[in-house]
Amino acid sequence: MKFTARTLWHVPLLLFAVTMVMPLALMVTTSLGTVQMALDPGESLWHVFWPRVWHWHNYVDVWKGNVGLDPRVPAQVNFIRYYINSVVVAVCVTVGNVFTSACAAYAFARLRWPGRDRVFLIYLATMMVPAPVTLIPQFALMKHLSDSLQVIAPFINWSGLRYLGASATAPLVGRLVGLDSYFALIVPGLFSAYGTFLLRQFLLTIPRELDEAARIDGATHWQTFSRIILPLARPGLATLAIFTFMGAWSAVLWPVVVTNLESLYTLPLGMQEFQAQGGTQWNLMMGASLLMLLPVVIVFLVGQRSFIRGLTMGAVKG
Amino acid sequence: MKSRRMSSELRPAMGFLMPNLIGFLLFTAGPILASIYLSFTSWDALRPPHWIGLGNFTRLLGFHHTAQGWRAGDPDFWRYLGNTFYMLLVLPLNIAGSLGLALVLNQRLRFQAFYRLVYFLPSILYGVSIFFLWKYMFQPNYGLFNAFLGKLGLPPLGWLDDARLAKPALIFMMVWLTIGGASMIIYLAALQTVPEELHEAARMDGANRWHQFWHVTWPALRPATFFIFTMGLIANLQWNFDVAYIMTDGGPYGTTTTLVFYLYLKAFRFFEMGYASAIAWILFAMTLVLTLIVRSRSGETNL
Repeated sequence: MKFTARTLWHVPLLLFAVTMVMPLALMVTTSLGTVQMALDPGESLWHVFWPRVWHWHNYVDVWKGNVGLDPRVPAQVNFIRYYINSVVVAVCVTVGNVFTSACAAYAFARLRWPGRDRVFLIYLATMMVPAPVTLIPQFALMKHLSDSLQVIAPFINWSGLRYLGASATAPLVGRLVGLDSYFALIVPGLFSAYGTFLLRQFLLTIPRELDEAARIDGATHWQTFSRIILPLARPGLATLAIFTFMGAWSAVLWPVVVTNLESLYTLPLGMQEFQAQGGTQWNLMMGASLLMLLPVVIVFLVGQRSFIRGLTMGAVKG
Repeated sequence: MKSRRMSSELRPAMGFLMPNLIGFLLFTAGPILASIYLSFTSWDALRPPHWIGLGNFTRLLGFHHTAQGWRAGDPDFWRYLGNTFYMLLVLPLNIAGSLGLALVLNQRLRFQAFYRLVYFLPSILYGVSIFFLWKYMFQPNYGLFNAFLGKLGLPPLGWLDDARLAKPALIFMMVWLTIGGASMIIYLAALQTVPEELHEAARMDGANRWHQFWHVTWPALRPATFFIFTMGLIANLQWNFDVAYIMTDGGPYGTTTTLVFYLYLKAFRFFEMGYASAIAWILFAMTLVLTLIVRSRSGETNL
């Protein structure tokens, strides 16, 4: 490498890279240090970034939820439960949202029916309305559902169904529908005008001849959709899937609003339990945070290209 | 013939559209209409909503005369509106920073991909985990920032516990989070589309680097800047709930409460659902007006 003036740019660039990475490095090393270290980094600043002893066992404590400062007190935080809830919710929302969006996009981009453009315009218009507007009526809907379930339950004597298993390890918890239910966490996320719009635009770029040929060969609409369109639309589906997953994984507001039941908490809510136990064990908190970031990093690495495409879509022409 | 074909595709179209349309009506279109109605009511989520006409809006936006002079109907609203605008400072900082990074990275430097990835890293991790990390670093008693200040022989600061520092501290975090993110990637992509001939022509005419940037690059990047600004505006006005919720709970003394957080407080801690719906619509109107202003001033028409 020849040394030129341009090479000097590496100095600020590297310094900046260190600034960007340092907080993340702190997260990793704190999660592997002792709680004493986490509560007094000033004592030896160097060891904050390089622990004297690497406490891998911290991750066992995080997973088991042993967050109490007193070791005689058993596990108080149900981290596994929150993790399972988050995975279930995010995966269901992602798969469902991509599926319903793709189906609707096919109807908007490929089929001719009266009123199509008008309906699409309504979809577009709602994209301008911010989520806080729909928050309260959506909450009201969920509350109404659980209220009516409560009214019906004693008459039909199916109250056993109201809470499906109370134990923390039961596969399903909470009500069937309404507040404090998987239904509330998942179902509103299964549809989005944004996803429909994104995939419709993508389907319009697929040459019409391909599916028209299939239709002439006698394929049904469903066959055309599932065998021709979906495989060709894979990059668009991937982009939507990644954005939907990341959004669902880190959602805070909606889960906060519809869940009170601790065993239904997703990670963003459950993580707060780590600090509620009279004095936070910050090393465990950082370990939990890292475990929460893991799926995000994996999804990003797998779908990097679709992710970047999604970011620049609409922003840069050509 | 044509119309027969159209009606023949109505059935499959409804089949494909139905799952989405039902959800759309139940969870998007229906709630939007309901929200309009609720914003004209007083509702505590227990008894049925009670129609009060423009009452919520006059209380939010109105002023009345008292012995001490003019008083706002809801002083908190104006204060939190101010906070919301203060937090918008993230936008110009983010745009300037990410454009600077993109310009430097766009020179054909070695390890460009490495730098791009490292700068991009924080933005994909955006979420509760990162908020807790920064909350930890900002801790007055044992956070990293005060540990550093201590090493330098400086007195510790209150950071998020200090009413004067809380907002700048959050802005600092947000800039760290977003500076190398989508905006940098968009600028990098946009820089590829600036024709090299324009730069060459400018050089021929004796333009220095600054002139080249100001007269060639910056105008060519205008659509990208407009896009980043608009998206950032919408995100900042509407999506800064989780930062406040996790890191400060809107405090200290409401200094980090933005309008979205105020809406949440009103709706779900004070159960003034009608009032909160009115706040939501004011937020919508603000977003719309600001976007239209930016759009007309930038002369951009494709968004």
